[in-house]
Amino acid sequence: EFRRFSLERSKPGKFEEFYGLLQHVHKIPNVDVLVGYTDIHGDLLPINNDDNYHKAVSTANPLLRIFIQRKEDADYSAFGTDTMTRKKNVLSNVLRPDNHKKKPHIVISMPQDFRPVSSIIDVDILPETHRRVRLYKYGTDKPLGFYIRDGSSVRVTPHGLEKVPGIFISRLVPGGLAQSTGLLAVNDEVLEVNGIEVSGKSLDQVTDMMIANSRNLIITVRPANQRNNVVRNSRTSGSSGQSTESSLPSSTANILGNLLQGEEESDEEDIVIEDSGEPQQIPKAAPTSESIESLSQIELLHESTQNGFLPSSEMNSHHSAGSISMEYDVPDPGRKSLEEDGTIITL
Amino acid sequence: QTVEHGFPHQPSALGYSPFLRLMAIGTRSGAIKLYGSPGVEFMGLHEENNTVMQIHFIPDQCQLVTLLDDNSLHLWSLKQHGGASELREEHRFTLKGPPGSPPSATQITAVLPHSSREVLYLGTESGNIFVVELPSFRVLEDRTISSEAVLQRVPEDNCNRRSCELVEALREHPKNPDQILIGYSRGLIVLWDLQNNKVTHHFLGSQQLENLYWQRDGNKFISCHYDGSYTQWPVSSDNRQPEPLENTVPYGPFPCKAISKIYWQTTKNGLPYIIFQGGMPRASYGDRHSISVIHGSQQTAFDFTSRVIDFFIIFSSEPTAEFDDPSAMVVLAEEELVVIDLKTAGWPAVHPPYLASLHCSAITCSHHVSNIPLKLWERIISAGSKQNLHYSSMPWPIDGGTNIAPDPPQRDLLLTGHEDGTVRFWDASGVCLHLLYKLSTVRVFLTDADPNDNMNTLGEDEWPPLRKVGTFDPYSDDPRLGIQKIYLCKYSGYLAVAGTAGQVLVMELNDEDAEHVVDHAEADLLQDQEGYRWKGHEKLKTRDGPVRFEAGFQPFVLVQCQPPAVVTSLALHSEWKLVAFGTSHGFGLFDHQQKRLVFVKCTLHPSDQLALEGPLSRVKSLKKSLRQSFRRIRRSRVSSRKRRGGSGNTSEVQEANAKFDQDTLQEMELAPVQRKIEARSAEDSFTGFVRTLYFADTFLRDSSRHCPSLWAGTNGGTVYAFCLRVPPAERRMDEPVRAEQAKEIQLMHRAPVVGILVLDGRSTPLPEPLEVAHDLSKSPDMQGSHQLLVVSEEQFKVFTLPKVSSKLKLKLTALEGCRVRKVTVANFGSCKSDDYSENDLAVLTNLGDIQIISLPFLKLQIRYPCIRKEDVSGIASCVFTKYGQGFYLISPSEFERFSLSTKWLVEPRCIVDMPEVTTNNHVHSKSGVENAARKSSFFPTLFLERKSGRLMEHALLNDEKVLKEIQSTLEGGR
Repeated sequence: EFRRFSLERSKPGKFEEFYGLLQHVHKIPNVDVLVGYTDIHGDLLPINNDDNYHKAVSTANPLLRIFIQRKEDADYSAFGTDTMTRKKNVLSNVLRPDNHKKKPHIVISMPQDFRPVSSIIDVDILPETHRRVRLYKYGTDKPLGFYIRDGSSVRVTPHGLEKVPGIFISRLVPGGLAQSTGLLAVNDEVLEVNGIEVSGKSLDQVTDMMIANSRNLIITVRPANQRNNVVRNSRTSGSSGQSTESSLPSSTANILGNLLQGEEESDEEDIVIEDSGEPQQIPKAAPTSESIESLSQIELLHESTQNGFLPSSEMNSHHSAGSISMEYDVPDPGRKSLEEDGTIITL
Repeated sequence: QTVEHGFPHQPSALGYSPFLRLMAIGTRSGAIKLYGSPGVEFMGLHEENNTVMQIHFIPDQCQLVTLLDDNSLHLWSLKQHGGASELREEHRFTLKGPPGSPPSATQITAVLPHSSREVLYLGTESGNIFVVELPSFRVLEDRTISSEAVLQRVPEDNCNRRSCELVEALREHPKNPDQILIGYSRGLIVLWDLQNNKVTHHFLGSQQLENLYWQRDGNKFISCHYDGSYTQWPVSSDNRQPEPLENTVPYGPFPCKAISKIYWQTTKNGLPYIIFQGGMPRASYGDRHSISVIHGSQQTAFDFTSRVIDFFIIFSSEPTAEFDDPSAMVVLAEEELVVIDLKTAGWPAVHPPYLASLHCSAITCSHHVSNIPLKLWERIISAGSKQNLHYSSMPWPIDGGTNIAPDPPQRDLLLTGHEDGTVRFWDASGVCLHLLYKLSTVRVFLTDADPNDNMNTLGEDEWPPLRKVGTFDPYSDDPRLGIQKIYLCKYSGYLAVAGTAGQVLVMELNDEDAEHVVDHAEADLLQDQEGYRWKGHEKLKTRDGPVRFEAGFQPFVLVQCQPPAVVTSLALHSEWKLVAFGTSHGFGLFDHQQKRLVFVKCTLHPSDQLALEGPLSRVKSLKKSLRQSFRRIRRSRVSSRKRRGGSGNTSEVQEANAKFDQDTLQEMELAPVQRKIEARSAEDSFTGFVRTLYFADTFLRDSSRHCPSLWAGTNGGTVYAFCLRVPPAERRMDEPVRAEQAKEIQLMHRAPVVGILVLDGRSTPLPEPLEVAHDLSKSPDMQGSHQLLVVSEEQFKVFTLPKVSSKLKLKLTALEGCRVRKVTVANFGSCKSDDYSENDLAVLTNLGDIQIISLPFLKLQIRYPCIRKEDVSGIASCVFTKYGQGFYLISPSEFERFSLSTKWLVEPRCIVDMPEVTTNNHVHSKSGVENAARKSSFFPTLFLERKSGRLMEHALLNDEKVLKEIQSTLEGGR
């Protein structure tokens, strides 16, 4: 069944309301459904919380194609990267899921709160032996979950090889953010924390720096295992960027923002309670900023436009022409190296 | 860094020059400090950082020689440079024997600087005495006094090689510089003639020798012995092998401990002063650190609080004077300096103007108040003078040198809180940190030890006649009495003091003794939180009824927090008559005018079990990691001991050792210590710990009306603001003070809030209470909008008021990896123009760096390293003054002073002039000495060697010290 209806883009409301609206227009009030939409890349992506709902609405151009499946016979594998390019007709896939299933897909559960947890950034400017990883702690209850230690590493200097002290990842907590990203491993050497070199700093100093940046931690490591490095100028390189990016809620802009930008913006917002009232975020007092006292999601949307970021559709097209080869890769049918773990999809 | 205050940590040697009237103290870390009249002080540091074993001034020179425990000799000089004297190391020297000889052959045990000022006699473990020329330290080999030469004329039955082992003492004849007395440890004493290179007299002592002392006329000398006896020997030309005149065991007949040093001083009235160290009956008083003074029938054994390092007597050094006439005894004990006036009856102690024992009870906190009004200053001094009546009125006897530093610009007070519940008031205006007044809070409470039962009341006929001297008393009756926070209002004289068991005392200065009841209130900080059990200490019991207080600060209000946890923050507003206090559970506000608790606020997070139970469990987890560190250090210590034992002299061994050291160090550095990386959460323990309290008159609710307010910051990054309503002065007693919570700010990075400050419309920090009333500050600008500065350990943030919106921030930890430990507003004046000054933040980080950050724009102005980052207690003890100076503890007993401002510098600047040398005293055969020196130029069987610094070992030592301090702090029951 096809339905077409209009929605006010500036006031999309909550996902709950939207879900009710869908059930209402289809007259299926008591049927559990999965909601999906196609984004500008042609990927079929789920809508199941406020974040990705708002993202979907904001990317509508102007039409937003929404697919609804009954939950019991839903094909979870239909979602995700390249779904639309892989299958010429996503519709047929959705409607007749059993016909085209040649290889069994790994089933990814449908998380309630779908958000980025990690990304590899600055691939274009870093040496191939290094990896810059960004961990998004904000809003997750999951612990960062890793430990660091002192160690020594070997450097090439004008006087030959030299042993120098270094900081290493010593342990990953099972189920922690660091482990689940798969981007960090035990014995990886930590080179930088949020753009600041750690050489010459003590273990405690580095610990303090990481904790102080824990809400937006960017660590540059030299992985102990150098076999998974991104090979420059090869378009078949890792796709973790895309897998996270494509499932983004509204804060996409932040991921793509460079180090400094990101550091400033995804920073903590302090909370003030006036006269024992409701907690509110403390607005910026900068004269150019209109102070909006609102919930964080809207605040984020607001900020992303304010900081000179275009809405993400334009943003993406702009960047795809750019140099970040990571973020958009060519279809790779043999992609087997995907690791799935709960909410996270990474290389 | 300008000057060190207090008592040197671990002193190890003492020297005195009667000529310069300067005293020198050496320490185990290789420091050497010279003191003269107040304000005259010099400091030097041996590069090796080895223990200073002996200090000897060169007679009639501005020079001294130090002997370190690595057997090296160092020559130091006081030279004038740029109008002031400076202490410099000139030469160093290590005596080396021929290759293959045992190290003991050249191990120096006794040093005698000869009065000719040209040679040093060096007694060694082997019994040989070497002669070196000054200042070149050239060995004059042909003048070596070998033990063989000494033994030639000793009677057969005493003549075996062993009798000449180890030179214990070398003493020059007081009248004839060509004769020196040599004492060997086995008891043999000989008088050696330098002219003829032969023994003139033998004195056959039967007891192991400890020390020797010539009487003034040179006709007799005294030897003191290991068995607690001393012996008087006659020296005359007719008897070459005299018998002792007198042999006494002063504290016999039971076995006694050794007498390690003795003086025999003549007086006009004929009765000598016999002064000796030790000699106590071994069984019953063997543990006492005593020095006995006997003068006729008077005898006192001064009983010191810690081990006696050394002592000297100040007596008439005029060569023409007939008698010694001792005036004072100066005793360097391990923890304090005691000077006894020997001229006044009863031999009272002299109050030292410097070298105060800051740590007579461990320092628990400190507070600095700049620019004290003269009135308050005088009242404190007068209160203090009543406490010091038992001191001698004798002027300070060590009075060499001239202080040429300008007078201190203002009167500054440093208040130190101690573990035993006392607060000491120090004059910190100048170079000499001087005790003005001591306040005890103990009287308010009932403690186990009744202050009336005095341990010192010994009966008249007590033997030995011990008398306790000194103030060092590290044993606290009750750790709960410890002082944790101090706040003094210099305008009103109100003082608030808070302690370990949640007690808060408000005091007032009273010039008279008084007896009154202390009003008592309790503040239940848990309020209605249920189900918590405090496992820490109990609250202190108070004394019922009126208590007698001596003149000075007298408490009139006591607030006890419940649970009785350590008070972690304190603020006093003397104008509003309010005191605010915080613990790990919450904070409260008390009206000390109406003596009424205004409100309490619990800051605990419900899941913070640790804070509720008390401090015990926390220590346990920390101890574990400490134990690990100790284990590592122990391992490295074993290895360094091994190296000592080897003691081979070849460079190969040393090289190998150095390499071994390096490896050990590296291993230590790279040991797998891990750190968890986790974002802070609200559930972390001790988030409710109140770190800072601040009173401000500002715009809290709306921008039209300002009102008194109280701000509190917690360990979990929360700031609470309360709006206060203080009734006007005329109705102050009639209406209650009201408080209402107006704001609560949660910093999302959740780092501990260490400072809160309100800036007025001109972006100047609000003045202190009563500052404006006393015309000492411009009244704050209430027209422009105010700003709130919140300093957490990680960030500085400026918010607007009354509507809180964030305006500026400076991240520290995220960018530098350091955290804020202390922060204060400091006023920096310009050296060039008197009317320019600016306010900045002075910040101390956990790395020991000091940073100056501008207000209100939060720009980093300057940064420099100040304290070693391993020196945890130094960083914790740091206190800033209002004018850009600071103090921190470099040891339990010493404050280092530093200045960030070029305008206010307090540092020693002094001159030591060479007094007129009275040459007639030294009519000795210079020519003979010179001839001998010439002959011996080239026989280089003895080597000079320069020692390289053993940096590695110090790194370990220092580290260990730090760890010990941490441990002791933890075990201190906090």
